[in-house]
Amino acid sequence: MRTADTREPARPHGVRRRVQPGKVLIYLVLSFWAVTTVYPFLWVIMNSFKVKGLIRSDSFSVPTGDSFTLDNYKTAFDRVDISGAYKNSLVISAAVTVVVVLLAGFAAYGMARYQFRGRNALHSLIIASMMFPVFSTIIPVFRMMFGWHIVNTNSVALSQLSVILPQIAGNLSFAIVVLMGFIRGLPIDLEEAAYLEGYNIYQIFFKVIVPIAKPSFATVAIFTFLWSYNDLFTQMFFLRYKDAFTITRLLNEITSIAGVNYGLMAAAVVLVVVPVLVVYVFLQKNIIKGMTAGAIKG
Amino acid sequence: MNSTIYKKKSPLAVFLIPAFLFMALFLYYPFAMNIYNSFCNITGLGTAAEGFNSPWYLNYGKLFQDPIMNTALFNTMLLMILTIIFQVGIALLLALLIDNIKKGTQFFRTVYFFPIVISATALGLLFNLIFLYDGGMVNQLLLKFGVTDMIDWKDEAHFLFTMMTPVMWQYVGFYFVIIVTGLNNISPDIYEAAEIDGASGFNRVRYISLPLLHNVLITCLILAVTGALKVFDLPWVMMGAGMPMDQSWLTGTYMYNQTFTMGDVDYGSTIAIVIVVIGVVVSQAANRIFKEKDY
Repeated sequence: MRTADTREPARPHGVRRRVQPGKVLIYLVLSFWAVTTVYPFLWVIMNSFKVKGLIRSDSFSVPTGDSFTLDNYKTAFDRVDISGAYKNSLVISAAVTVVVVLLAGFAAYGMARYQFRGRNALHSLIIASMMFPVFSTIIPVFRMMFGWHIVNTNSVALSQLSVILPQIAGNLSFAIVVLMGFIRGLPIDLEEAAYLEGYNIYQIFFKVIVPIAKPSFATVAIFTFLWSYNDLFTQMFFLRYKDAFTITRLLNEITSIAGVNYGLMAAAVVLVVVPVLVVYVFLQKNIIKGMTAGAIKG
Repeated sequence: MNSTIYKKKSPLAVFLIPAFLFMALFLYYPFAMNIYNSFCNITGLGTAAEGFNSPWYLNYGKLFQDPIMNTALFNTMLLMILTIIFQVGIALLLALLIDNIKKGTQFFRTVYFFPIVISATALGLLFNLIFLYDGGMVNQLLLKFGVTDMIDWKDEAHFLFTMMTPVMWQYVGFYFVIIVTGLNNISPDIYEAAEIDGASGFNRVRYISLPLLHNVLITCLILAVTGALKVFDLPWVMMGAGMPMDQSWLTGTYMYNQTFTMGDVDYGSTIAIVIVVIGVVVSQAANRIFKEKDY
């Protein structure tokens, strides 16, 4: 897939240089949409620093001097266990990401490089499972794990496990499809050279395939992490106790805790969005590529 | 791949079994089980089934008589249609526009895509603040323009707009990126030839870009309709339990509510199956009607 930046000079722009007013209009429309996607976040960040009541009377001003306060964040950390929720989110998402990347890498390598009977059937199974919405599997999964005594317990670790397992399964097919597409496109010569050097098949995977395919492994990892961090539905099903709440699960709860404390709500939104914003700014190329690649191939 | 390395098949077990075991246990088996559950009588998530319903298709009959399910289906279908028109439509417009400029394309891509990576839960709270009756962003803006009658954005007249706008807004950037990629794959030679023939501006779009984007747009369309069936977080956070007056349910939120809040687990399973069936039927139909073309 080619991206915008690789082809830009190709279009014959020079021919139509005279239509400058049109260009201005184009920039205006494009900027308008950019404002709709950026301003709400700026607005909520601004308001999270405002003293009580100001969000409702004058939400467009920039908080300076007397109207500036950190109280909303203090309340967030005092009344709600934000740091605990961050920790839970991190544990769950990191575990999901590590397992998905490893297992999907294995499966994608096997599917891409081996010829065997039933390969097409397995491929169809992977594609089909991308079509299962989470609604259609969650109830039996809950009942199964309830039978194993890992949901509805007081243990934080078990609660985390109960979210981790279905999230891994939910991400695997997407990850396999993306990685398979990449590995299939690699020239096989390097693997053969490594084989002649005396590498066994696992060494080839870890020392040849993984390093070359690093960009797509990174894409899969980032995507899996974000999806797991942002997911609310699975977490609502399996996380019952406050100690095990993740950041999105807690955020869903804050509406009722906060009542009419809109400053607290604004601060909570900022606390959830900021880590993702930071990750996004640094890795946006990988993220955009990964999400669209998975969607189109699926 | 006929390389000698991959003649010996035994490592395949190590490569494939873990991933497929996971998917079998947490996707294929539950999926089948969910179909079975929809015929049973289950009163709690953790309790055993009390045998089959009598008649076994009880839940499916209930579906057709449940007025709230009708509302949920109607809202979901409406969301599908609006998604196609506005989400894909706005994305197409923005993509066609950005194709004409050089500077800032990377910036716009980054900015447009940003809402997609943010959790819909956070966006739900954000939009709750934006649409707040008492001093929300929109109502304050209206005040600035001299409007004195504040709008209750979650009342019966406005809740559809309030619920669906954020859902559509969030994913415009996704389709935008897909369409831009499709536009970039059109060879510049074709445009050059058209330029020589005197086609430019609107005609260029009408006779070259749009036909060549056909398959990309079909992909977007299918993603949009199946995506509409999966919507959950944003309406859940914004609308809570179907407010106002059970009117804002979507199939996903209603399924969750029946299963979790009402404890009607077998009915929840049935709704989940309806969601899958609609997804398959609609995407197949879209594929048939708009058949992929080769150019």
